[in-house]
Amino acid sequence: MIEVRVFATLRQGREKITMLSPEGISCAGDILDRMRIPPAEVSILLVNGFHQKPEAPVKDGDIVALFPPVGGG
Amino acid sequence: MLARYERNIPALTEAECALLRNKRVLVVGCGGLGGHLIEFLARVGIGSVRVVDGDVFEPSNLNRQLLSEVPLLGVSKAKAAADRIARVNPDVRVEAHGVFLTEANAAGLLSGCDAVLDGLDNIASRRTLAREASRLRIPFIYGAVNGWVAQAAISMPGDHLVETLYPEGAVLRNKSVLSFTPALCASMQVALCVKLLTGRPVETGTLYYFDLLNQEFETIPMA
Repeated sequence: MIEVRVFATLRQGREKITMLSPEGISCAGDILDRMRIPPAEVSILLVNGFHQKPEAPVKDGDIVALFPPVGGG
Repeated sequence: MLARYERNIPALTEAECALLRNKRVLVVGCGGLGGHLIEFLARVGIGSVRVVDGDVFEPSNLNRQLLSEVPLLGVSKAKAAADRIARVNPDVRVEAHGVFLTEANAAGLLSGCDAVLDGLDNIASRRTLAREASRLRIPFIYGAVNGWVAQAAISMPGDHLVETLYPEGAVLRNKSVLSFTPALCASMQVALCVKLLTGRPVETGTLYYFDLLNQEFETIPMA
């Protein structure tokens, strides 16, 4: 399974942690599609703790963390 | 050693305090983040602070912006910042610029500064400021807030931290900010700035993330 952790406003209407079957998921962007999260709503995408682009490959056992843009002052 | 800096010691050494009094920093934005940045910089004893904001105070600022007060509604934020510094620590030299940051004026505003502190409230201006700081080889102390969430980092020239955090088309879902969130963010930014300016070791390219609603704090390597 792939563990997906979402933070801040991405948690609205979603669980803090979601376990996804790796079937049909080859890259981080596939996870956004599966969870119906528009790419523009993700600022930081971590795979196993390191920032990656949506094209980054993911596999069974990986932990993916998603953070929304924070831009106010 | 001035009496006003006695309680800086021994958290900072006398030599570090003297070093800070020879530094000049730029704060762009004198609102939620900027008000706290300016307060902390003045009290810790940065020698020279250049403040920039083209806006005036309005009622919606009062929930969070330290420099905003009912009698100051309609007053320039940059002027209020300069007045506040003069009242808090007249030992600090202050330059106030009541203008918005633009591509055209960025280089002049950054000129001669040892560090740039981000008090901005929008992505476009942050990109402009970060790009110019990188071009002029000046460290950029990033900070941003939204609701209960704050994040801060040191961006060194060439690391493209801001471009990484805000890809093209990035969307900010809401503009709420609570009173305590910018205070926390500014604390982290000024702590990072003081460490940087005194030559202490700092992690660059590392994002510090604070979720005050869920009490979650993350240290995220962005490089």
